[in-house]
Amino acid sequence: MKLNAPNFPSSRTKDGALYLDNAATSCPKPPEVARGMVRFLEETGANPGRSGHRLSIEAARLVYETRVAIAELFGAEDPLRVVFGLNVTDGLNLALHGLLRAGDHVITSSMEHNAVMRPLNELAHAGVQTTKVACNGDGSLDANLVEAAIQSNTRLIVLNHASNVCGTILPVREVGQIARKHGLLFLLDSAQTAGVLPIDMEADRIDLLAFTGHKSLYGPMGTGGLVVGPRLMPSQLLPQRQGGTGSRSEKEVQPDFFPDRYESGTPNALGLAGLLAALNWLKEEGIEAIREREEALCAELLAALGEIKGVELYGTRDASKQTATVAFNIRGMESSTVGLRLDEEFNILCRVGLHCAPSAHRSLGSFPDGNVRFGLGAFNSLEDVRFAVDAVRQLAKEVR
Amino acid sequence: MDYAVILVDSISLGLRIESLMKKEGLSYKLIPVPRHLSSDCGFCVRILKEDSDTVQNLLQEHKIEIQAIEDL
Repeated sequence: MKLNAPNFPSSRTKDGALYLDNAATSCPKPPEVARGMVRFLEETGANPGRSGHRLSIEAARLVYETRVAIAELFGAEDPLRVVFGLNVTDGLNLALHGLLRAGDHVITSSMEHNAVMRPLNELAHAGVQTTKVACNGDGSLDANLVEAAIQSNTRLIVLNHASNVCGTILPVREVGQIARKHGLLFLLDSAQTAGVLPIDMEADRIDLLAFTGHKSLYGPMGTGGLVVGPRLMPSQLLPQRQGGTGSRSEKEVQPDFFPDRYESGTPNALGLAGLLAALNWLKEEGIEAIREREEALCAELLAALGEIKGVELYGTRDASKQTATVAFNIRGMESSTVGLRLDEEFNILCRVGLHCAPSAHRSLGSFPDGNVRFGLGAFNSLEDVRFAVDAVRQLAKEVR
Repeated sequence: MDYAVILVDSISLGLRIESLMKKEGLSYKLIPVPRHLSSDCGFCVRILKEDSDTVQNLLQEHKIEIQAIEDL
């Protein structure tokens, strides 16, 4: 179903609320997603690749097709190097804990989500050292500072493609080039960008790409993982759990090949059925078309919010330099109050507070108070943006 | 009909081979690994014995590493 079709699902929820929390998870999903999942439950339903019968093979085929679609989306050559897990956090944990050892040094930015910060802080106890390169007040990053932070024991650079707080896009290609030039590995957190900004593992020199299925890929929750580039051998990346894989059953040691080494236990084939349907939908719509639509709405939202007296915007304030995630505060009103009143009085659902990213808020100057985040998605309209801006205007008027 | 089987590390690799076979119009079927060939509970790709050499070349061309091709 095309985005501009008259009967396209609106961004209003079943109970009539305006959903502006797409940076947390996209909602609604394309109708194909639920249909794909129901079809899997009703027509396939078997355990993928575990048994010899045709339904087991059919389920495995669906999982494999999802690997192929993910590999194609991110410019990865080998679909077997797409490792599925729960979400982007799962993928990041596999990459960080699987790679890093005592004595290793990692470079990251101050705009990272706790999905990166917490594993790195945990790894600090194991002797892994981290340099957090400071970002600018709008969340942007000077790639030269990343290069300047390289030490003799630096092994990895890990970067958030775009901020989950204010949408600011970080210079992935430049940092990828720096990493490659110095022989370092490059891990990208694509939570906020996969499906809305182009990502090419080869051109961007990404060795490890952590992704989630339930945000801009429009799949269900519980899908995501890590795509591993050709420079890494399985022996260099330790699995974070061991168990049955349906392969090499005669052996009681973990397989040493992709993807089985990292995918013990029955996978979320139901979720992947939904993700595959979502990826097919995304391909049909075109990432560029979705980005264009979101960028235009974001520009409108930034401009209109910026005109309201008492509203403070965070980030680049330039729609071309960010995803369609907009952060702001109303001076004199706590962000939590704004969120509650938008929900109760205006039927608008958004996210307030620190967004699991205290370091990013420090960079933006909104720590510890946090801010209000409007996360636009493919299904939002200009009407939605105007409605939300009107609501903020009314709240801001009260404070003055 | 005489058959051979391609023994592979994982079902994922088997499915990758399947997509190649499909593209090349070769006859194949995914089946459980015959017990006399391996104690593994996994799958293998059954092909026509007469296609063995063609398949061998095809796999090499695509740099796909398999365990073996065995006659049934």
